[in-house]
Amino acid sequence: MSDDTLTIGGRAFGSRLFVGTGKYKDVEETRLALRASGASVVTVAVRRVDLTQTGKGSMFGMLRAEGFTLLPNTAGCYTADDAVRCARLGREAAETDLVKLEVIGDPKTLFPDTEALVAAARVLVKEGFFVLPYTNDDPIVARKLVEVGCPAVMPLGAPIGSGLGIRNPHNLRILMETVSVPVIVDAGVGTASDAAVAMELGAHGVLMNTAIALARNPVQMATAMRLGVEAGRLAYLAGRMAPRLYANASSPLTGSIATSSAPLSIE
Amino acid sequence: MTEPTAQIAIVVNGEPREVPAGLTVAALLGHLGVAGLAAVERNRELVPRARQSAVVVEPGDALEIVHLVGGG
Repeated sequence: MSDDTLTIGGRAFGSRLFVGTGKYKDVEETRLALRASGASVVTVAVRRVDLTQTGKGSMFGMLRAEGFTLLPNTAGCYTADDAVRCARLGREAAETDLVKLEVIGDPKTLFPDTEALVAAARVLVKEGFFVLPYTNDDPIVARKLVEVGCPAVMPLGAPIGSGLGIRNPHNLRILMETVSVPVIVDAGVGTASDAAVAMELGAHGVLMNTAIALARNPVQMATAMRLGVEAGRLAYLAGRMAPRLYANASSPLTGSIATSSAPLSIE
Repeated sequence: MTEPTAQIAIVVNGEPREVPAGLTVAALLGHLGVAGLAAVERNRELVPRARQSAVVVEPGDALEIVHLVGGG
């Protein structure tokens, strides 16, 4: 696995698991879970400073001290214009050109407004951003995002925070065959097997937040997710056997001490 | 006796505020007690950190002062 480094747009990333930093109990729990996940890239949100309560912000200090690569998002933006403004502020605050671009179309599903997403991506790529777009599992939209210059695409496995797992593996497979850039499955993972499934499908990475943060034991789940991503990646590289409907004995068919022959087989 | 400082009306993070006239963006951050790596937008345009000490806040300006928080 030594040369199986994830590379996006010519940049190497230390882990195929990307994790969010929201919904944890406190900064210390966040730190322990992020460490256990083995992630190198962590997402952060851009929000107004609470002017009645300045002097906080140890989360940012912790992330910096731990050496994580910050990936500011544009969560909560419903128009291309707001997402572009948010991305610019995130670049300034995090001192990075990375952006997890989200343009949300609906508050209940948090599904992306893909038309606005492509428009915002086009603007931000021109401004030199390294745009990682949160999108749906539509291969055509993914292709458009690549055409405007996104170095990777991040289709959802299921709605954000739902934990429903990989709801449409077939679409994800078609999407991965449609684009030649890395595909990071972003959102929907609920437990470690979901992460493994995404990786077995051929995803280059997985991004998650809630599945770790809302586990009963987030640190333990972060470890499980790290192993799930690794297991799925290895299984993908190893190449699974072809599934078959009927049994195929693992023990030799000859030399058995059984005295009676097998009953008539199902034909 | 010191001259009372002239105040101007601006909007910060969606809330109307009176602040001393003539402050630069950097000075405004200090005035509001904002420490650390805040990013600032003035009238929907980013004010790069390198320009925060040069840009002066004008009456009627709408400013967004943001920072990074936990999120997915």
